[in-house]
Amino acid sequence: MIWETVRLSLLSVRRNVLRSFLTLLGIVIGVAAVIAMLTIGSGTTEKVKADISKLGSNLLVIRPGRPAGPGGPGGLDQATRPLGSKELAALVAHLSGARAISPASQKQVRVIFGTESLTSGVTGTDSAYLDARDWKLDSGRPFSDSENRSGTGVCLIGETVRQQFFGAGDPEGEIIRVNRTSCKIIGLLEPKGYTGFGQDQDNVVLMPLAAYQRRIAGNRDIDSIYVAADDRTPTTELLPRVEDILRDARRIPPDREDDFSIRDMTQIADAMASATTTMTGMLGAVAGVSLLVGGIGIMNIMLVSVTERTREIGIRLAIGAHEKHILIQFLVEATVLSLLGGIIGILIGLTLAGLASLTLAIPFAPSPAVILLAVGFSALIGMVFGFFPALRGARLDPIDALRHE
Amino acid sequence: MSGSLLITFDKIWKSYGQGEATVHALAGVDLAIRSGEFVAIMGPSGSGKSTAMNIIGCLDTPTAGTYSFMGIDAGRLDRNRRAMLRNLYVGFVFQGYNLLPRTTAVENVELPLIYRGVAARERHDLAMKALAEVGLVGREHHTPAELSGGQQQRVAIARAIVTRPTLLVADEPTGNLDTARTHEIMELLTRLNTELGLTIAMVTHEADVAFYAGRTIRFLDGHVASDAVNLEVV
Ligand SMILES: Nc1ncnc2c1ncn2[C@@H]1O[C@H](COP(=O)(O)OP(=O)(O)OP(=O)(O)O)[C@@H](O)[C@H]1O
Ligand SMILES: [Mg+2]
Repeated sequence: MIWETVRLSLLSVRRNVLRSFLTLLGIVIGVAAVIAMLTIGSGTTEKVKADISKLGSNLLVIRPGRPAGPGGPGGLDQATRPLGSKELAALVAHLSGARAISPASQKQVRVIFGTESLTSGVTGTDSAYLDARDWKLDSGRPFSDSENRSGTGVCLIGETVRQQFFGAGDPEGEIIRVNRTSCKIIGLLEPKGYTGFGQDQDNVVLMPLAAYQRRIAGNRDIDSIYVAADDRTPTTELLPRVEDILRDARRIPPDREDDFSIRDMTQIADAMASATTTMTGMLGAVAGVSLLVGGIGIMNIMLVSVTERTREIGIRLAIGAHEKHILIQFLVEATVLSLLGGIIGILIGLTLAGLASLTLAIPFAPSPAVILLAVGFSALIGMVFGFFPALRGARLDPIDALRHE
Repeated sequence: MSGSLLITFDKIWKSYGQGEATVHALAGVDLAIRSGEFVAIMGPSGSGKSTAMNIIGCLDTPTAGTYSFMGIDAGRLDRNRRAMLRNLYVGFVFQGYNLLPRTTAVENVELPLIYRGVAARERHDLAMKALAEVGLVGREHHTPAELSGGQQQRVAIARAIVTRPTLLVADEPTGNLDTARTHEIMELLTRLNTELGLTIAMVTHEADVAFYAGRTIRFLDGHVASDAVNLEVV
């Protein structure tokens, strides 16, 4: 009986392909929008989380200059004191709960090998940097303590730099020129890919901080200090300790604000993830409205269908159909129609999300739960919005219905 | 006049509208039809023939009076119970055929069986058999648009008898047909009446069509004006 009815309703969809399609457009667009939004949204969230974790997990980043906030713009101003070895030494000596503490100073510098050249992010740091940023070596070795101390001309290069200069070859032991100095490659960094902001994290050259300061920066400043928390210590606990030690090291009186900022990368990750979730939710709500419009479309077409087929309803009733038979027939028809729209919408939505993930370089993350929900929801729309027209059909008086022209 | 009483009207009234504007389509009609009878109903337009037929076929209920169908007080049954009675015991043939458009003959004939819950296979077989009985072999898969008026009415008759009903209600079944087709259909109905013992109540405006029946009831202004056995004229 039900299959019979489903077959019947598919038949009536087929008899009026254009009208059925126009009717479905609302549902198709609504479902496609929801599916595309949610799929792209969850892809973006995944991407953002992955990007932030690439920076290193449980990481605090300390920079000179007032923190941005209600007090006005942060960052460097004339009076900002740079960070230096004094602060680094204080943290290393006094901070508990840290897995790694590492300084980093960075500059975009022209790097040359043979006739090839590349502008690369050259970073002066120490061997703790790899640990702090969860970065591993594909081959070679990190800086030794003596290289760190004396500022020997050695360096670690990223994948992009290797490809530019050596193709697939082994770069170890080769000498590259960095600005006016040269250094020997002692290791290759594991590839990290691009950040969400399109920055190539593999276009880097790491060298001992002392070497960088002396030969490239020409000063003894430290741009930033990375502090990675150990497994037992949440960054929220570590942050005030870092602040105390730095205020002490920089002799900031109690009535003065910090002249440095500490950024908690975990919190930034969470904030960004929740921002994209909120966005997704809002876009989902917009799509929901279009589904409502789609539902009204279904209701409209079902009312037309019931009116057009008044005589048919009369015949069926005369022949012995019960009210419920007619009700079910039109309800099934509305549901099949709307389900069909839902399925088309899901296919279009996934296609759009797939294209978006290709162009935006985010992961394609279709969620089976969301798809199932869309299927269920479009069926529900059919039932809800089909109910009133179906009831109207079922309640017709057979005599009036038979007389209908 | 042999069978048991199938249909009795006891002072049946059917009124439409209220107050001054009230129309009495039926005004205290008494009548009785026995099993196996073939009754023709005649009368001028607006005399209440169709109204009476709708009550006989359990499509409609009287405003007052008692309608007894197979001993059941059918005039006081609710919609769904009357639908059940129709499905089990009544077949309908209308002037305008009333077939489902864009639906093949055999699918049209299967329709009442669907509401009986008959399985597809059996439904198909029964429908094909009914179409053979009305002489429509070879046209089973044509849609109404591809059939002549006479053929469409045969499909409608097949649909009415496929459930092996007790009563066939036919409101001007030949009203849209030419003379030759009219007599073909009347011969078919007569055969169903004699061979299957099907009780038939039929409205017609034409005396020669009424003559196929065994008895003619004449309506006038919502009353039965005359009720007489058709005499065999040679
Ligand atoms: N639904 C209705 N509402 C109001 N009046 C109605 C309704 N149905 C029938 N009538 C009236 O009842 C009377 C009898 O109608 P009915 O259809 O039974 O006539 P009939 O004998 O079948 O006529 P015809 O030969 O033209 O088919 C008519 O006056 C008609 O106007
Ligand atoms: Mg009439």
